[in-house]
Amino acid sequence: MYAFNYQKPKSLADAAIALSKGGDAKLLGGGQSLIAAMKLRLSAPSDLIDLGGIKELTGIKVEGSSITIGAMTRHAEVARSKEVQARIPALASLAGGIGDRMVRNMGTLGGSLAHNDPVADYPAAVLGLGATVNTNKRKIAAADFFKGMFETALQAGEIIVSVSFPVPKRAAYIKFKNPASRYAIVGVMAAETGSGVRVAVTGAASSVFRVAEMEQALTAKWSPDAVAGISVPAGKLNSDMHASAEYRAHLITVMARRAVEAAK
Amino acid sequence: MKISMTVNGKSVSAEVETRTLLVTFIREHLRLTGTHVGCDTGQCGACTIHMNGQAVKSCNILAIQAEDADILTIEGLARPDGTLHPMQEAFREHHGLQCGFCTPGMVMSAVDLVQNHPNPSEETIRAELDGNLCRCTGYHNIVKAVKAAAANM
Repeated sequence: MYAFNYQKPKSLADAAIALSKGGDAKLLGGGQSLIAAMKLRLSAPSDLIDLGGIKELTGIKVEGSSITIGAMTRHAEVARSKEVQARIPALASLAGGIGDRMVRNMGTLGGSLAHNDPVADYPAAVLGLGATVNTNKRKIAAADFFKGMFETALQAGEIIVSVSFPVPKRAAYIKFKNPASRYAIVGVMAAETGSGVRVAVTGAASSVFRVAEMEQALTAKWSPDAVAGISVPAGKLNSDMHASAEYRAHLITVMARRAVEAAK
Repeated sequence: MKISMTVNGKSVSAEVETRTLLVTFIREHLRLTGTHVGCDTGQCGACTIHMNGQAVKSCNILAIQAEDADILTIEGLARPDGTLHPMQEAFREHHGLQCGFCTPGMVMSAVDLVQNHPNPSEETIRAELDGNLCRCTGYHNIVKAVKAAAANM
């Protein structure tokens, strides 16, 4: 790992100032992706701004028909939150399936989203539930947030503060995971929300995406059979040592069917 | 950079580089070599310790992230008089180790597991231990040990 300057601001305002002070500064959430990347020298920030000391970035709040989760909330906290379990069990279960228990004790919601790893789980929750990403500058709709592989709509100096998840009528997330890394080879969030049916797929392509054809079929009839005959073309899907594009295409249909079945 | 934390009940402080990993600080600065480095990529769990009561992988955390934290390593698990923790005793009793390399991480992870799942089924133990790899593939007795320890914790 290359050397860097370290700062641990106490407030969001101080973090924003530190981030804007030139150099190649990066924000540190739990570090479960960033520290690993820095060890491999894939990432070499000049400054590391640790968000671990900022109280306003933590916590889970029920606000009317949505749940707002602070960016520094650990995956394990989301997984065991009674509020999340009661209102959006699909989200609690997704958080409880990220990585392993040690990773879940450190990794954060904001960190996962800002990183936007194409095989991460949380992007499927944000896009599949139609969540809103709240930053220190604005509110970003899920549809506008994910821009591509490791790319988001976040601008220089912008910090994720929290994410608001609308409570769906029903939803479930099912993933086919890599047994070594526990990342999603394919993960599907199927949800019936106040703003319609949403099907979001992670792990399969360069970034999380929705499947309109499945959403239309599920709008007509919420049933596993409705998606069983719908497949996503393999053309734009990832192909690697873990799974070919054709296999991922097959898995999308299978995971979608299981997610719809689980979301009763 | 100066860091301070509590390790196994004792206050420690030291001057370290910002890039020092927590596991490096524990092993090389404090000379507590019970915490192992296996894969060094955050997958095998051999470096598992407790930070503020929760199991974490110390090879994937900076020492400065543990500023003011309460750290527990395998050396701090037994009682001061040498009486083994019920999890350590169960690993001994049920032969939950072969070469022993993964054992400190397994034990620390398993203690956290039982604290969160007081009476775990075999299925729960297998699922929740998926962040700890045993290259001897000694999982069967490890699961037995965790189940037995859960009854005594």
